[in-house]
Amino acid sequence: MSPSTVIFVLLVMSATAFLLGRRRSLALADAGGGLQALHSLPAHYGTWAAVLVGLPAVVFLFAWSIAEPVVIERLVIAELPQEIQELGEGELGLFMNDVRNSLNRDIVTGAEPEAVAEAVSRYRALQERSALLRTVLALALAVGGLALGWRTISPGMRARNRIERLALVFLIGSSLIAILTTVGIVLSVLFESLRFFQRVPVTEFLFGTNWSPQTALRIDQVGASGAFGAVPLFAGTLLISFIAMLVAGPIGLMSAIYLAEYAPRWLRSVAKPLLEILAGVPTVVYGFFAALVVAPQVRSMGVTLGLDVASESALAAGLVMGIMIIPFVSSLSDDVINAVPQSMRDGAFALGATKAETIKQVIIPAALPGIVGGFLLAVSRAIGETMIVVMAAGLAANLTANPLEAVTTVTVQIVTLLVGDQEFDSAKTLAAFALGLVLFVVTLVLNVIALHVVRKYREQYE
Amino acid sequence: MSNMNNGTGSKRAPVVEVVRDSLPRRYRAEFIFKAMGITAVTLAITFLGLLLTSIIGNGYTAFQQTFIKLEFELAPELVDPQSDRSADSLRAGNYLAVSRNSLYELFPDVSGRRDRRELTSLVSVGARYELQRMVREDPGLVGQTLEMWVPADDDVDMFMKGRISREADESDRRLTDQQMGWLDTLEAQGRLELKFNTMLFTNGDSRDPELAGILGALKGSFYMLLVTLGLSFPIGIAAAVYLEEFAPRNRWTDLIEVNINNLAAVPSIVFGLLGLAIFLNFFGLPRSAPLVGGLVLSLMTLPTIIIASRAALKAVPPSIREAALGMGASRMQTTFHHVVPLALPGMLTGTIIGMAQALGETAPLLMIGMVAFIVDVPQGFTDSATALPVQIYLWADSPERAFVERTSAAIMVLLGFLLVMNLLAVLLRRKFERRW
Repeated sequence: MSPSTVIFVLLVMSATAFLLGRRRSLALADAGGGLQALHSLPAHYGTWAAVLVGLPAVVFLFAWSIAEPVVIERLVIAELPQEIQELGEGELGLFMNDVRNSLNRDIVTGAEPEAVAEAVSRYRALQERSALLRTVLALALAVGGLALGWRTISPGMRARNRIERLALVFLIGSSLIAILTTVGIVLSVLFESLRFFQRVPVTEFLFGTNWSPQTALRIDQVGASGAFGAVPLFAGTLLISFIAMLVAGPIGLMSAIYLAEYAPRWLRSVAKPLLEILAGVPTVVYGFFAALVVAPQVRSMGVTLGLDVASESALAAGLVMGIMIIPFVSSLSDDVINAVPQSMRDGAFALGATKAETIKQVIIPAALPGIVGGFLLAVSRAIGETMIVVMAAGLAANLTANPLEAVTTVTVQIVTLLVGDQEFDSAKTLAAFALGLVLFVVTLVLNVIALHVVRKYREQYE
Repeated sequence: MSNMNNGTGSKRAPVVEVVRDSLPRRYRAEFIFKAMGITAVTLAITFLGLLLTSIIGNGYTAFQQTFIKLEFELAPELVDPQSDRSADSLRAGNYLAVSRNSLYELFPDVSGRRDRRELTSLVSVGARYELQRMVREDPGLVGQTLEMWVPADDDVDMFMKGRISREADESDRRLTDQQMGWLDTLEAQGRLELKFNTMLFTNGDSRDPELAGILGALKGSFYMLLVTLGLSFPIGIAAAVYLEEFAPRNRWTDLIEVNINNLAAVPSIVFGLLGLAIFLNFFGLPRSAPLVGGLVLSLMTLPTIIIASRAALKAVPPSIREAALGMGASRMQTTFHHVVPLALPGMLTGTIIGMAQALGETAPLLMIGMVAFIVDVPQGFTDSATALPVQIYLWADSPERAFVERTSAAIMVLLGFLLVMNLLAVLLRRKFERRW
């Protein structure tokens, strides 16, 4: 039986077990003098039986499917002819690759097709045996669970408590996924980065000013030095983020102030959803807009002014990224401005201040921590933004502060290094993970500070 | 204070005057400040308008495609080389010649290799695949003459839509004067027409713009969102219920909470790195598969769903819980029979918004290999696939002019889906929102 059939059969068995368990508890209740003789509701007993049937079998199937390929491979290797087993680790790996390839797609590349064919047939046989064993064991577990459920159901059994404890375990497990994700991110970037730093010293990576990750295939190849100094990438990222914040900061903050303090109700109810649309547009759309509309415009404007503008200028990418971040800044600022107590406004008005003076001298100072926090979150967004820069910024590392030139960013390099064919051992691929680590750490620090500041600010006025 | 001795003895008059003198300046400042606010809002909305108009302006033409009406003579010696009507023989037929002959017949005086090549390049390569498909489905067609509308080449399409100008220098445009002349003849005969472009919605990706469609990408996105929904909805709600209803207030739950808030702000590309290192390299799941894309996107959308669901649970008043507990329900029963159903609309709204985010996400999918050129429409969770935003990225990178309008059209479809999802969320919120 295929895994999906097994799972389907298990589902059916579980449902049957539910009905059987319920019926059994009802029968016991009848015998013992009505429903009040039972500790839990009949449905609880049914669920208990269903869980006993389904859960162990599914856990077993999952564990089996993880262990199966490893075990089969070991067995196949153990059965190989002596001379192949004595090959080095690398060559043995290549041989097993051939086996796997011909198993899946019937392509044989290397030598020794006989040995490969033999290993493949052995592999197949083991797979079949494993599938049979898996089905039998899973069904046996399910039947065993049913028997156990039937025997344990009694009027005094605390079925509800058991079910609820199980449900609580599921709830706790779900909330731990967030932690597991963080751990997974840290581990995955950290391990590959450490391997990278074994080849390229940390100091060279962090402080070197020459980035050209193409490692030479031949010694005489030109321009493939394999230099991993990431400073130009950091500078490019900061330049584009800075331009983006120059656009998004003032526009976002001013529109938040206007919408919160000045705008009539009807305008607010129109403008706010429009800004939210701006926030909901996927970044790939912004990237297309930047590459198709904004970059040529910026270039032709530069040409009319007599300036030499690169076609993938930092300015174009930064402008569009700024547009993307406007709603982010404005909604965060809006929140904090609205959190300023009305009494502070009333106090300022009572002293004769105009609205603008109230805002500039009372509300903004009061809301400043929150606004700064919002800006920090926006900066972290800009640093981590990928699609706009991939589509509209350059590829060549260029250490410059001139917004009219093409620069590249950390995220662009991660994408270019990892998209396409890759071997997991080259410094080039590992460099992407080192960049990812830097990106993760920087955005994490920004986020922690920002969230802390915003939370402290909220508490102040609660 | 400077005009102190202007006063008549009372000390208040000068202050009033100082204030009065400063009023024009202060009102001007007020006016400027307000004008800056209005400008900011107008600018933001103008950007939105610019974005949408440039995309719609570029993309609306992609919903039409130029077709050419031709008579195809399915000569047995061309179509059925082994003349036994077998599937093998019909597949090996020379449909390229069939499609070429139909044009040669229309323009009998065109001769010479170069001219003939220019002539045949007017019709899309899709024509011969279409003929092959039809003949293989119905071998009875062999020997007949079919009159059929077939897609024109993308350059012809661009010309018909006015994107290739006649005035441009011949060496600067993709069509020669001669080709334009033939097209004029065809148009005069009523053989050249713009029709609704169904291929955009029924084809997979293609290197030829006139044959490229978004069905493959749509299905890839669909499978991916199914995985994302199936994982992140139950897990997100369970996590929110635990944190809001059961968790004790201690360092651990604080840690989980800080963690979730931070995860919501981690750049999406980092999730892509996680997917590459853990799902592909460690667990050995297949590259380019919607399954892996869905896994990565569910990790990304979980924080959104958890945060929204917690807010929804928080909004349920404690009196509901107290009443249920007072009637003897257990905490689990209180939560799942009373609190969660009341919070469900809010949770669903959060989930839909999370799904909309997931649908528009591109960067992490690039990391796990969903950026490959895939012609086949995926049929399951482990087939190679792309997603709609990735398709947009791929097309945006293609040099052909005709891909620009297709990219814009794909963006319009994507924005349409997002709009529907967000409207659904808004409606859900409106319909089920309760004030306690």
